[in-house]
Formats: sequence, C-alpha cells, structure tokens
Amino acid sequence: MSNAWRSFKGRIWKEDVNVRDFIQANYTPYDGDESFLEGPTEATDKLWGRLQELQKEERARGGVLECETEIVSRMNAYGPGYIDESMKDLEKIVGLQTDKPLKRAFMPYGGIKMAEQAAATYGYTVNPELVKIFTQYHKTHNQAVFDAYTPEMKRARHSHIITGLPDTYGRGRIVGDYRRVALYGIDFLIAHKEDDLAHCGGGNMIDKFIRLREEIAEQLRALRGMKKMARIYGFDISRPAENAQEAVQWLYFGYLAAIKTQNGAAMSVGRISTFLDIYIKRDLEEGTITEKEAQELIDHLVMKFRMVKFARIPSYNALFSGDPVWATLEMAGIGVDGRHMVTKNDYRFLHTLENMGPSPEPNLTVLYSSRLPENFKKYAAKISINTSSIQYENDCVMRPVWGDDYSICCCVSATQTGKEMQFFGARANLAKCLLYALNGGVDAGTREQVGPRCIPVTGDVLDYDDVIEKFDAMMDWLVELYVNTLNLIHYMHDKYYYEAAEMALIDTDVRRTFATGIAGFSHVVDSLCAIKYAKVRPVRDEEGLIVDYEIEGDFPRYGNDDERADEIAVWLLKTFMNKVKGCHTYRDSEPTTSILTITSNVVYGKATGATPDGRKAFTPFAPGANPAYGAEKNGLLASLNSVAKLPYEYALDGISNTQTISPDALGHTEGERIDNLWHVLDGYFDKGAHHLNVNVFGIDKLKDCMEHPEKPEYANFTIRVSGYAVKFIDLTPEQQLDVIARSAHERM
Amino acid sequence: MISGRVHSTESFGSVDGPGVRYVIFMQGCRLRCRYCHNPDTWSTGGGEKRTAEELLDSAERYRGYWGRDGGITVSGGEPLLQIDFLLDLFRNAKLRGINTCVDTAGQPFTREPHFLTKFSELCRLTDLFIVDIKHIDPQRHIALTGSGNENILDMLRYLSENGNPVWIRHVLVPELTDDDEYLRRTQEFISSLNNVKKVEILPYHSFGAYKWEKLGIPYSLNNIQPPDKERVENARRILNCGD
Repeated sequence: MSNAWRSFKGRIWKEDVNVRDFIQANYTPYDGDESFLEGPTEATDKLWGRLQELQKEERARGGVLECETEIVSRMNAYGPGYIDESMKDLEKIVGLQTDKPLKRAFMPYGGIKMAEQAAATYGYTVNPELVKIFTQYHKTHNQAVFDAYTPEMKRARHSHIITGLPDTYGRGRIVGDYRRVALYGIDFLIAHKEDDLAHCGGGNMIDKFIRLREEIAEQLRALRGMKKMARIYGFDISRPAENAQEAVQWLYFGYLAAIKTQNGAAMSVGRISTFLDIYIKRDLEEGTITEKEAQELIDHLVMKFRMVKFARIPSYNALFSGDPVWATLEMAGIGVDGRHMVTKNDYRFLHTLENMGPSPEPNLTVLYSSRLPENFKKYAAKISINTSSIQYENDCVMRPVWGDDYSICCCVSATQTGKEMQFFGARANLAKCLLYALNGGVDAGTREQVGPRCIPVTGDVLDYDDVIEKFDAMMDWLVELYVNTLNLIHYMHDKYYYEAAEMALIDTDVRRTFATGIAGFSHVVDSLCAIKYAKVRPVRDEEGLIVDYEIEGDFPRYGNDDERADEIAVWLLKTFMNKVKGCHTYRDSEPTTSILTITSNVVYGKATGATPDGRKAFTPFAPGANPAYGAEKNGLLASLNSVAKLPYEYALDGISNTQTISPDALGHTEGERIDNLWHVLDGYFDKGAHHLNVNVFGIDKLKDCMEHPEKPEYANFTIRVSGYAVKFIDLTPEQQLDVIARSAHERM
Repeated sequence: MISGRVHSTESFGSVDGPGVRYVIFMQGCRLRCRYCHNPDTWSTGGGEKRTAEELLDSAERYRGYWGRDGGITVSGGEPLLQIDFLLDLFRNAKLRGINTCVDTAGQPFTREPHFLTKFSELCRLTDLFIVDIKHIDPQRHIALTGSGNENILDMLRYLSENGNPVWIRHVLVPELTDDDEYLRRTQEFISSLNNVKKVEILPYHSFGAYKWEKLGIPYSLNNIQPPDKERVENARRILNCGD
C-alpha cells in the first residue's frame, strides 16, 4: 500500500473510502493550452482500425455482430477476450464483456422474453434450456413486475401516457465509484464492506435490515468476483494500483464488472478524468511514462468505452435510437474550494475525438462554468465544432446541490459519486395528459377510458381557467399512478436484478433519489398559451371526442424569451414537481424530475393526438426542454433564454436542451466560431441553465448523409440528440427526418 | 422619443461585428443590389416602430452572451436612412456601456452639412463601421445596385480621416464582382485608407432568392452559382484578407 500511495498527500482518504478527498488533496489544475497533446500511437491506429472494420461488419449485419445464445452473462462467464487475438499485445487496457469484440451478451435477469426476442431480432435462437431455466425455475424482474401491476398501470403503459418504464431490462443509472478499485484495491473495499455487514441491523431483523444485509453480502460476492475476473486477464486487483497504467486498468475492471452483469439503460463511467490525471502526472514526473504513452492509455480506455454493447429489442431501439449505452464521462468543473478542476487529462479525453475521430460513446460531458480557464473553453469549443460529440452541463447549478465530486448518470442527471443511487424510469406524457383532461379521461386514439372518468370540456372555444382546472386534476391522477408504477418496478428490480457490482463500489449508507420525467413539455406550454392568448376551437368527431383544434389569432410561444409563455413553462414544471413531492416514494428516496426525452420524443409524439398548439396528430414532440419546432422566431439566444428560465431546483434530474447551429451561422473563421461558441455557453450557463447539447453542421450534410450513408466520411458522423450522442446513420429514418426538421438556426 | 422603423431583430448575430451581437435590422434601403438577400427590407414604409429604450431593453437580455467584445449592430436595410433614430439609439447605448456597430452600404452619405453634422456625431458614438464595397467601378456599381459609388467611397475616406475603425466587406459574385482587375483596384483603394481593421470576402449565396419570389420581384441571378473555393481564395489573396 505504501508504494502504491507514494507521494500522495492527504489523510482522510487513507483511513476511510473517500475518493473525493484524495482528488482534492492531489490534483493539479492546468491552465495551459492543448499544445502538449500527442497523436495516436501505431498501436492505437492498428487497434482502432480493426475496431472500425468490426463496426462496419456490425452495420452490414443489421446492427449486431454476434449474439450469445448459450452462456448467461456473469462477471466470470468467459475467459479473456481481445479486440483481435493477433494484436492483443498492443492493447494497453484489456477486458471485454464477452469472449469476442462487439459480441452481445445474454442477459436474462431483466426479462427472459426480451432477451430471447432481442436475439431473435438478429436471427439468433437462445438455447431452449436457458429459456426454460429463466421461465420455470428462476423468476425475472419483468415477470415479477407484471405479477404485481394493476390493470390501470397496464392501461397507462399500453396507451403511452407513461412510456419507457424499465420493466423489461436493467434500470441502469447507477454509477459505481470505479475509481475506488484503483485507489484502494479490492481487499481494502472488502474489509470496509465486511465491517458494514457486521454492524448492519444490530440483530434487529426488520425488513430493511434483512434486505440490506442480503445486499451487502451480494456486494461482497461481487467484489470477490472482480478479483477473479481481473486474474483471468493476469492482474491482481486485490491491491491498489501502483502506476497510471494499473490505475486505468483497475478502474476499467470495476466498470467491466458492471457491464458484464447489468444491461442497464444507462451504464455511466463517471467522473474519472481528474482522478486519473493524478496517477499520470506522478508517472510523468517519475519519468516512467511519456506524454505519448499517457495519451495511449486514455485512447485505449476510450476505445473500450466505444465497444460497450447490449442486446436490445426493436421497441427499445425506437425509444433510445442509435444503440446508446450512456457511458457518460465527465471533466472540468470547479471545486468547492474555488479552484477549477481542469487537468491535462481533460484535454486527453477530448483529444480522443481527434486521435480516433468522433464517436457517440463515451458520452463526453464538460462540467461547465464561465470561470473555467479560457484555454480549455476554447479547446472544448473547437472539438465541439469539429465533432458535435460533446455536451455541456452547468457546474454552477449542480455543485451547490451535489458537491464537487458528482458524476452524470444516464444522459444529463447528476449523482454523487459513490454515495448515491437512482430510481429512475420513464416519462409522464403531459401532452397526452392535457388531451385526457379535455376529453374526460378518454384516449381519443383508442376510445379507451384510460384516465379517471370526469367531465370533458364543453363549448365552442376552450376556456383557459376551465382547462387549467381539469388539467391540474388529470395531472394529479397521472403523477400518482406514475410514481406508484415506479415504486413497484424498483421494488422488483432490487429483488430480482440487484446491481451488486455497482453497489459494491458505493457507500452502504446510500442516498437514494427517485427520478421522474416529463415528455411533451413545450407542446403543453404552447397549447396553454394558445388557449390563453388566442381562440382555440376544438374539433369533435361524431362521438363528441375532441380530435383536433382550430386556432384563431396569434399567441406567444415558449422559445422566444417571451415572459407570457415562459411563465407558463415555469408554472408547469413547478406544478408537476410539487405533485411528485406529495407522493410516497420507494425506500424513502428523494423525488426529482427531469425534462429530457432522449430520442423518445418521436415515439411519444407518435402515440399522441393533435395538441391545441397546432401540432398535428401523431407527429414527434420537441425533444427534452426544447421549444417546439418552428416556435423560435428570435434566434438562438432568445430560445436559450427561455430554457434558462426553468428553475433547476425543480428539475434536479436535468433539463436537456439540444441546439444545432450551422457553421456559417457561428462565424466566418474557425477562430470566430470558437470564440462565439464559448461566449454562448458562458451567457447561457451564467443565466442558470442546466444543459446544452451543441451540434455544429448544416442541414445539407444531414440530407446528404441520409441519401449516401455508405460514404466513408459518414461512418462516424456523430450528432448530439437529447442527452447523448449517436451516429447519424444509426438512427431510424423517422428520427433522421426529425433531426433534420428541427435543425434550425441557419440564419444567413 | 424618436422611434425607428425596424424590420426585425436577431438575438444571435455571430458575423455582424466582433463577438456575439444583438442585431437590429432597419427597414428601408435605396440600393437595389441584384444579389440582395433581404429585399423585404427595401421598402421605407413598412417595419415595426420601436423606440431606442425598447430595443436596448431587448438587447440587454442577451448581454450575458456578449463577453468583452460583443454588443449591438444596426444593419438593414440601410441604417443611415434613419440617422436621427440611430443617434438616439447609440447615445442611449453608450449611456448603458454597450459596444455599438453600424453595418452600412453608405448610400445616404453626403458631405452636405445637414447630414454631415449628424454623421460626425454618429462617428463619435460608433465603435465600428462595417461597410460594403459592392463594386469599385462607378458604372458597374450602378449596374449592380442602381446607384453610383462616389459618395460611398467618400464616406470611407471620411471615416479614415476621422480615424474610425472600419471593417470592409465585399460580396463575391461570379461574373459581377469577381474580376481580378477590379479586385486589384478595390485593394488599391482600401490601402489608401488608414483605419481598416479587417477585410472580408463574403461568397455570394442564393438563399435569399425565395424572398424575391415571395415579393414578386424578378430575380436576375438565377443562373449564377456561388463562387468556387479557388475564386474565393483568389479574392482573399488580392484583398489581403489574412486569417
């Protein structure tokens, strides 16, 4: 231990598991520019070249290279695997989910039907014996959830007023503190967890202690499994990492344990950049590695993150298009003591996008503040402009809530690293909720009475006060149902698909948040504006159900920095969140909400009839907290100002905004574009906004890519969608058209 | 309180002066440039009447995005046609500490006292002039825009004498403004000035053509394509654009 921790400062972290304290005591802020960076090594070029061939083959086979059908994925289900057997000595960081690159594991614990169906979609048949085991002998999360669902929950799920529930796969979103493996080694962590177990419950066998004792035991088993897994690759991670290469490798083993055992919707890596910089800097100072070798370590780690795969079913892909895993990874930010946390390693991670080209994964996230060093802001802006692969989140609104060692789990949501887990799932479709309010709880699409039976609106013109009253009541029903559905799902997930590997790297005394979500946000806001400021006449069918609207006159819309619309937006968020707060949440978790939809805005919209803002029936919603298509009339900054007004305190799970700017609209020269972009980020985040996805390309490029996906330059053409990045060619045609339709800000 | 006729505003001007800028497009212009991409700003009758206070209040909502260099730019249309309003706007802008920029084609410029007194006051209130040289040759200027260029070039000389910083722009249109001989003459003229901070070549594009169609005005450049890269580079070389 003494050798592994040589020259590291600090005291607290040596006694207790406390990575944050270690970072604060040892990291070195970097104010310089990117001139120190090194290009790819020959090994990197060779491995990345091979991986690109495999990715091409994967696409040629319809999106999946190979599916496991015989072996249930576990931490130690396979022997060692490499990108290419003949090049394995080139891999500085090793470890695959299965025995072969890009091969998708068989993960039945979330739901055997889904696992079977996912394989079948790509022409694979799961061994019937396995199907039998997970049907007859072992219950899955999915089966358990459906055992307990009420008919009302099934109706809400079926009618898509609640969509994207994690009842068929891993819930994800739990970020293990993978840095602990490197800093402490597994034995230290085992000793601490054993101590926790010894003190858990004090012999009182009530529900919560029984459950926790079992969970800690599972965590201990996972920690021992990690040691075994590392041994397969020839490493002993029972002890702490002694140099940079080991630190990167140890950390990756922790993450690998998670992605071998869980097919969570989001499997984030966490805030690892500053941490790893400490090891690299020590090695550089000791003269044991060069900058070229340091970059190679990061390149090879990132290559591994680019390879994470899960077998998904078609309906999942429709929701979350482009095969995302949300291997989200953060950099920068400001420490509680006021020092910025930009290190050379943040440059190295961004530089992977230059060394190996753009890529959707890992989901690189800059924790932004206008107080970050200008050199770094410029470099990040430059990489954004060239690759459209970075997202920005406001450290200045998150730090007061989550401290200075939070990670981003999933796409945009903050979580305290190693101290917190999330119960997340789905979104409440508030646009549909508004329609139910107008139609007395009946779904005009299916004619089903999904919501509670109540009085529909009457008369020729919608009355604002009447609509608000009915909408508010309908939201009461929806929120309660939604929260209860999630309570049930997470109870079963804990029971049947517990995340032992991730939780083993999180404090036993864990903080739990309960993250809900909103879909259709901007359409509800604009609809209410239309009802308030214009005349909206409902169009009824022969049965008297409202199926469309005629709008007479102009009305303010969200996205123009117009107080009339924006105050309704704020009202809507606060009202929803306050209702969530009023509900009982599982395991005493703290309720939060988000306005982020990922790519599911297309699916939600397709399941939702015409809305009073003029949106046509069954057309996509705007994503996340974005203003509706075509609503923005005063340019980018007016739109940003509107979104920035949404109070983060009421949406602690995140407010996602995606903007596409054509290069010409950003400046004439590269220097102008860089400067203008970071000024936009400064202005937006200083106003208290939470998140921004930045895309820089013209519509022409998107259209050409859609027509000629085979062009080599489009193989890795990456764009940011709500909360993550995807390769444009991996989106469904419908989603491609959706992206093109909302790529605004082309001003000449 | 004077009000001006404003065609529209844009919260995110990124190529209208230094940094991020709030752009106010004034209504009305007497030039009839054949490549104009804003023909809807020609008429001096339309637009929305706005006061300086209103516009500056709107602009300041974006102040946080401006950083050290940004501010407001008045473009058009032709801002100098409403010079009284412009003076009022910039006087107030300066009281609020806002960086000011005028994007003009210079057509209304004259050394007649009734204009020059106001213009010299404007010079005092303006941090940067962005001036188009549409064509260096008077005859060809008439053919391209319907007006001569003598007073426009004179305005540039005046600004030079006065020491006001200027960016010069030249829209490069194949066949019409992309001729080495004329480009060299443009360069000669520019080098006779001592206040030019930047020269930009703007490659012609046809994105504005649909507006002509909408307004029912025949568009005469339908057969002209945007200039190719080499010609743009050539013009940049001749005009010493740098960067």
